[in-house]
Amino acid sequence: MDDFLLRALVGGIGIALVAGPLGCVVVWRRMAYFGDTLAHSALLGVALGFLFGIGLNTGVVLVCVGIATLLTLLQERRTLATDTLLGIVSHSTLSLGLLALAAMEALRVDLLAYLFGDILAVTPADLGWIWGGGALVLGGLILIWRRLIAMTVDEDLARVEGVPVRWVRLGFMLLIAGTIALAMKIVGILLVTSLLIIPAAAARRFAPNPEAMAVLAAAIGALSVALGLGASLYADLPSGPAVVAAAAALFVASQVIVGKSL
Amino acid sequence: MDAIPPLPLSQPPVADAVGLPPPLVTVRGLGVRYGARTVLRGVDLTVGAGEIVTLIGPNGAGKTTLVKAVLGLVQPSEGVVERAPGLTVGYMPQRLSVDPTLPLTVKRFLTLWGKATDAELAAVLEEVGAPAVLRQPVQSLSGGEMQRVLLARALLRRPKLLVLDEPVQAVDVHGQIALFELIARIRRERGCGVLLVSHDLHLVMARTDTVVCINGHVCCHGKPEDVGRHPEYVALFGRHAEALAVYHHAHDHAHAADGCVVAPGEEHRHHHDHGDGVRHG
Repeated sequence: MDDFLLRALVGGIGIALVAGPLGCVVVWRRMAYFGDTLAHSALLGVALGFLFGIGLNTGVVLVCVGIATLLTLLQERRTLATDTLLGIVSHSTLSLGLLALAAMEALRVDLLAYLFGDILAVTPADLGWIWGGGALVLGGLILIWRRLIAMTVDEDLARVEGVPVRWVRLGFMLLIAGTIALAMKIVGILLVTSLLIIPAAAARRFAPNPEAMAVLAAAIGALSVALGLGASLYADLPSGPAVVAAAAALFVASQVIVGKSL
Repeated sequence: MDAIPPLPLSQPPVADAVGLPPPLVTVRGLGVRYGARTVLRGVDLTVGAGEIVTLIGPNGAGKTTLVKAVLGLVQPSEGVVERAPGLTVGYMPQRLSVDPTLPLTVKRFLTLWGKATDAELAAVLEEVGAPAVLRQPVQSLSGGEMQRVLLARALLRRPKLLVLDEPVQAVDVHGQIALFELIARIRRERGCGVLLVSHDLHLVMARTDTVVCINGHVCCHGKPEDVGRHPEYVALFGRHAEALAVYHHAHDHAHAADGCVVAPGEEHRHHHDHGDGVRHG
């Protein structure tokens, strides 16, 4: 197996192991569109990262956290319906990111790689970032897991019982922001949410409890990466979309299997 | 359950007795604003140990807001909410909307944050009358079962104060009577204070020591039979009360069968078989 392909596989699986469990919480909390909005704002982070020379990953994490905080504040004011709010922020940050990148003439970036990912260009340094950062995100998730589920079931009840809801919510947003920064290289900002949502949705029917669903989602995500990369190699397909299509196929298969067993 | 003799229903703890322990919760001059909208103003409220206080009022009257202020979930814009030091509160929210994608059994739901042994779980589910649901997914429960499980979760904290927001939602009339009976029994056996929100008047009134009628402010408060005669109460609930009285009447038979107390409210006396002030229990 070629080196670059091995790196792609190791990097992709690393992302899937993080995105699966985190995606379960996103699905339970009905935050799919929220994740999508953060992902779109990541392009602005890329641009700002270049502009201020703070590095791409730092830029993405900072912008995602900023947007997440802004969204939470706007949501609490309740002047607009949440989906409208997300639609506005999602597309304006994406457009601003595109404008900023276009304005930086000196910089010739491969826009497609940011939008749809370039998993075959993963470097050894990227791998360190993915697995190191991924371990950090997973560790954080495990740390807040019980509180997160308690407040997912009922936020008021959790608060009465002493869960520090605001801090947990902020922590969870940080974890999503971090995951988007990590996953961007693999599937690109337009497809990041799919790695969060689709494996989790595919895992649902087979999971007796939240933890089993998280583990199963991680496994389905990893399988999607392997299948997608395989298809990409043999049929010369773009790798990011191939991974997402593989995940979608597994989701459909999961529904069919459940349908038959009923 | 245990050997503590039940308090007679018709004798609420007397508020002006000497040497009474301080109230569990004292609300004084409470006002809450959401942005420019004033939801509550000038609300006074106390809940004592072993006392059942029922908040009634029309939709949008601020009942849930008041409850949330008592729980510390809503910041008052004026006034104070004092909770007795170290007060443990069991809270039963209006409803629980667990996403169907979250695999959650009743057992897991009951132990989400607190800890409980299997024996404790079995005992509390027995107490609330839902002994068979432990391994079911919470999404599969009926309305009545869900309310009982929510109550069980609140009881697991061994609360000194139970706060129940519309505890009989999505439950049919028979189930409502049974639930109120259960709440009254829990108060007797555990001696905890109960703050209850209800839009339903008759079923709840006879099991209540104090009724507080809310519509942005406290319209009137006092013993159920006094509140039932209060002009502001009648103005707010006159027609509604009449409609309910008919409904209520249709189920008199069921009351008698399970020994439930019938509300001696003014507005449906003429429907009542048993004459004024008769309570059976």
